[in-house]
Amino acid sequence: MSQTLAQKLIARASGRSHVAVGDLVTCKVDLAMFHDSSGPRRLKPMLKELGAKIWDPSKVVLVMDHYVPAQDADAMQIVQIARDTAKEWKLPNVIDSEGICHVVLPERGHLRPGMMCVGGDSHSPTGGAFATYMFGIGATEMLGVVVTGEIWVQVPKTIRMLWSGRLQQGVCAKDMMLHMIARFGMNGGHYQAVEFGGEAVMALGMQERMTLSNMSAELGAQVGLIAADDVTSAYLQSVGVKQKELQHASDWQGDQDAISDDFHFVASNLSPQVAAPHSPANTKPVDEFVNVPLDVAYIGACTGAKLEDLRAAAQVLRGQKIAKGIRLMVAPASARDQAQAEREGVMQILRDAGAQVLANSCGACAGYGATFEDKATVISSTARNFKGRMGPASVQVYLASPWTVAASALRGRISDVREFL
Amino acid sequence: MTTHKSYVWKLGADIDTDALAPGAYMKHGIDVIAQHCLEAARPDFATKVQAGDILVAGPNFGIGSSREQAAGVLVHLGIKAVVAPSFSGLFFRNAFNLGLLLLTCSKAEQIQDAEFVSILPTGIERADGDLLPFQPIPDFLMRLVHAGGLMNVLKLRSLEKLHA
Repeated sequence: MSQTLAQKLIARASGRSHVAVGDLVTCKVDLAMFHDSSGPRRLKPMLKELGAKIWDPSKVVLVMDHYVPAQDADAMQIVQIARDTAKEWKLPNVIDSEGICHVVLPERGHLRPGMMCVGGDSHSPTGGAFATYMFGIGATEMLGVVVTGEIWVQVPKTIRMLWSGRLQQGVCAKDMMLHMIARFGMNGGHYQAVEFGGEAVMALGMQERMTLSNMSAELGAQVGLIAADDVTSAYLQSVGVKQKELQHASDWQGDQDAISDDFHFVASNLSPQVAAPHSPANTKPVDEFVNVPLDVAYIGACTGAKLEDLRAAAQVLRGQKIAKGIRLMVAPASARDQAQAEREGVMQILRDAGAQVLANSCGACAGYGATFEDKATVISSTARNFKGRMGPASVQVYLASPWTVAASALRGRISDVREFL
Repeated sequence: MTTHKSYVWKLGADIDTDALAPGAYMKHGIDVIAQHCLEAARPDFATKVQAGDILVAGPNFGIGSSREQAAGVLVHLGIKAVVAPSFSGLFFRNAFNLGLLLLTCSKAEQIQDAEFVSILPTGIERADGDLLPFQPIPDFLMRLVHAGGLMNVLKLRSLEKLHA
């Protein structure tokens, strides 16, 4: 019987040969990720109250990324709880202040096609780029997972977003996502499985694919999957996953005749997209916003500050200076991505252009620590521009790709990056 | 479910998790976050809400973050149920895991602010007697509501293990 990629992943994790849309099944969890905010400070007291232990510490990854670097005594305490707990629970996989969970997880080879994973963070669907069934859950449900090693799933319908053709230069995965979120709305995914495909998607590198899967959260999907192919295997090998673990990687794709709701897009028709305050669904082509004056240009987050994003910004900013009166802030999504960008000269280009480089953490995107000043108008490569998320309610945040953020920093106004390439 | 009449706080569409549990207060305990619940949308809410009140909202309630404090503050403030035409899937799981009842009702927006309604097994009864049906809730989720959340279910489970 034909199955979608989502069905195949759930079937495997629930120990069945086949699952049907709507089935309620219990799945074995291959990996559980949580961070300093959603993890130890919430889980530890609850585990203690239950008198329970973690089912399998080798299947847990703890990432300190939300409250680092600590801005005050409260944040310091939250991070300290995470560090102390990591020792107490003897967690073998702890990534502390080296980048954002959704980026460091694949970077360390923790995700592989076919796995069933949960994350204590809403952008956990990022893992779907690796044909991994990964979704976000809250702390109490994470407690259930770490005690039982299991999670319930209702088998979702599959909504396929099929992109033909080729993206224009300066147009990227972020623009694709903003466009889809504008069309379907922030809950248009109805907590079903979105699967991205078509030649324009499969032409993307892994980090661009991760941007698609990442913002499946803003589409309201449970997961945002992409079939595994040679690009997936090549990336995983480059981060140390053994060849023999990848032998069956390309099995992780949906059957040709599996039933899905399909939507078709032409990549070459897509222009750079911008989401106006205060929702990612307020997206229109960039020409609707050209010349909006800006105070801050922000390149950050798991959504928009990976190596490929930094390279895009550098391509625009090379040999140029940002406009007077605007601040350009860059918070590379991981230390490894930053180190590679340093080797390639990308970081130097950004600094020479006038960028202030910030720590490898969630930073202003999470809104948990440093945020933007009152009444600031910001263009940001992050995922969400909810009112009050990245600072006071008066802050106006426009979302765009790193290409568009960089171009806008050069003019001090929202700009069409294609004029710079 | 009970025939007790509940006071309604009416909200708009797309109420996000940052509005329910603002990021700036996330480092604090649930009591502090609760004081700031919905302060941008309904500044009087956190101080005036009473145990047993219900929230009625437009579509897409709870979009955004996985932070379960967004549901936790509503439990802390004594909200009996949230009624909306649709919810974020992630928020939906979190709410039931904390024992908070969510009712998916396509006609939710007919209900007025400050109205008194009753939650009946067959639907939501408005002040004028009109009955608005809601989508059935799977038994295992209702068990979570009756138990007061997943934590209590897990406690029972570990007790059963002890006595097995």
